[in-house]
Amino acid sequence: MLAGIRAGMARQADRRRGAPPPAKPIPVIPARATAPGIDVVDLFHRQVLEAKATLEVVASRSDVPAAVARYLTARNAPAQIRLAPDRRIADLPWANAPLLETATGRSHGMDATSVTPAVAAVAETGTLVLQSSAETPTTLHFLPDHHVVVIGRDQIVGTYEQALARIVRDADGGLPRTINFVTGPSRSGDIGKVLLMGAHGPKHLHVILVDEAL
Amino acid sequence: MTVLHDSNAFKANAATALHDASLQEALAIAREHSIPTRARAIERLPEFERLRNSGRDLKNHVIAHLDQYLLQFEQSVVARGGHVHWCPDAGSARARVLEICRSVDARTVTKGKSMIGEEIGINAFLEANGIEPIETDLGEYIIQLRRETPSHIIGPALHVTQAQVEETFRKSHDGLDPARNLDDPAALMAEARAHLREGFLKADVGITGANFLIADEGASVIVTNEGNGDLTQTLPRIHIVLASIEKVVPDMHDAMTLLRLLPRSGTGQELAVYVTFSAGPRRAADLDGPGEYHVILLDNGRSAYLGTEFEEMLRCIRCGACLDHCPVYHSVGGHAYGWVYSGPIGSLLNPALNGIENAKPLPHASTLCGRCESVCPMRIPIPKMLRHWREREFAGAIAPMPERRLIRLWAFFARRPWLYRLAARLAARGLHLLARGQGRLKSAPFAAGWTRHRDLPAPQGRTFQEQWRARS
Repeated sequence: MLAGIRAGMARQADRRRGAPPPAKPIPVIPARATAPGIDVVDLFHRQVLEAKATLEVVASRSDVPAAVARYLTARNAPAQIRLAPDRRIADLPWANAPLLETATGRSHGMDATSVTPAVAAVAETGTLVLQSSAETPTTLHFLPDHHVVVIGRDQIVGTYEQALARIVRDADGGLPRTINFVTGPSRSGDIGKVLLMGAHGPKHLHVILVDEAL
Repeated sequence: MTVLHDSNAFKANAATALHDASLQEALAIAREHSIPTRARAIERLPEFERLRNSGRDLKNHVIAHLDQYLLQFEQSVVARGGHVHWCPDAGSARARVLEICRSVDARTVTKGKSMIGEEIGINAFLEANGIEPIETDLGEYIIQLRRETPSHIIGPALHVTQAQVEETFRKSHDGLDPARNLDDPAALMAEARAHLREGFLKADVGITGANFLIADEGASVIVTNEGNGDLTQTLPRIHIVLASIEKVVPDMHDAMTLLRLLPRSGTGQELAVYVTFSAGPRRAADLDGPGEYHVILLDNGRSAYLGTEFEEMLRCIRCGACLDHCPVYHSVGGHAYGWVYSGPIGSLLNPALNGIENAKPLPHASTLCGRCESVCPMRIPIPKMLRHWREREFAGAIAPMPERRLIRLWAFFARRPWLYRLAARLAARGLHLLARGQGRLKSAPFAAGWTRHRDLPAPQGRTFQEQWRARS
């Protein structure tokens, strides 16, 4: 098979008649999230809403449990949540919301709501960047009906490229098994071109933005 | 296991499609929807045209270094504990998938949307070998139940109306209460979601496609809206990726260039809901994810077009914009093209992958209006390449006899300019007289095919060349 591909490369070289092969272009990065004076937090907020997710800003880490409880009550969702084992989530003062029943670990499909951290949040398109690890299982990002993502203000960046720089690499230097870019809740337009939320992944995506470092 | 190849029946298929009321209803909805949606997305990104140049140049670069990037991709996948299977044709790809499924005695396989899966006919093959494939993309699921091929690259069930979806679910879902109201799209989607959840949780193997392969990281990328692809590749023990060779890009930054183009061109979204990068099997400490990661690297005839006048079609990222903007596709839908790829890009790919003799009418299923090229994020010159197929068809004596005679007749005159001018003068004057000053003809010799449906505009008596000479 490689021989067939290499025969093709030889034909290309003939056609080029000594000219060098096409070079790799310089990437074009949209100015939307990089121009001077852009407030990336404000842009992220607007783009998240446009992607049909919801967002609440809270002042500090200790406000998160109550915000999660309020969110669930408002949507008539059960008061049970599955937390990512990640310290930034598991160590929040959940006792502040005594009615919430918490468990940690991956999901097996029985959890109505998950609460997870993110690697970064991208203002360009209101995109959350999540990654798999022992502390952040991927099942939490897809199986529950409600996915609550808690981010700190300093995690918001302008572009995808800036977010990629924050991915935590494996011990041997490569990517983690999975990186998820998530922009709004799951949806489909496959029935009569009508856009509906909650096809297979979460029906609701809620961002809690903590106005300090997590 | 037969893969449908009736592209040669395009004319008959098109005639049927034009009289299919429910298809026309579905096409009308799609037409109204897709053009303005894309236009709005592009208007919001001033850099879009520059991004198109960048995407085109990137793919040209990859195509000129394809062996190198594929080998680098393989090395990176293997370094992360994954496997790459080089498959020259559809048969070898199917056999490899089956082998992997059998290694864990798989009974059920979930599938994310994959055009390569359609191209190699993987579902029918697995079924014939006692393995149940479950399509999980809503559109693919609907057409799997209806035993159809996709009619659009990114909206496979575009031809199915809401009422037909309800009918399909009622027929196929055992235990569905006949009294249950499925009168709106949301109820239908809820029914599919509940039904497919069981499939996700019981599957032994998950098969997805790949929008891109990243050479230096050994990662595959899927772009979806439903989240089905992620459940497909996260829950089972094995993740198999079906990808063709031209999907490789050098690094993550290149994938970002294509990501800024693909959803905007395809669905008019700023970004699809889920973009997922997968590199190898789960890590030792991970709580979830597949234990094995396999990539099927399919050629299936593509490499034969490297270094030819058709090479540029390998830039295609399967966004579907050319279908969404094609007046022919708008009128007849995807199935008329007779295979899994349809619309303008299908008219290039089907002859390329199945042989021009099996897709003779497709290069002609175009008015060459150029809308496809004007929206293609990879700037593929589709009309130019359709003309290349027409040339090959003529050169290979594949075109129908009357057409070949006509072209030869024209060539006879074209090689003798004085005779050409004389004949043109006679024809122009003759037709002018025939029209008796009406300026149009209700019928004309040898032109019944045209005049049956519309008048033929008649020349005003003098040829263009004569008028031009009179002016200068």
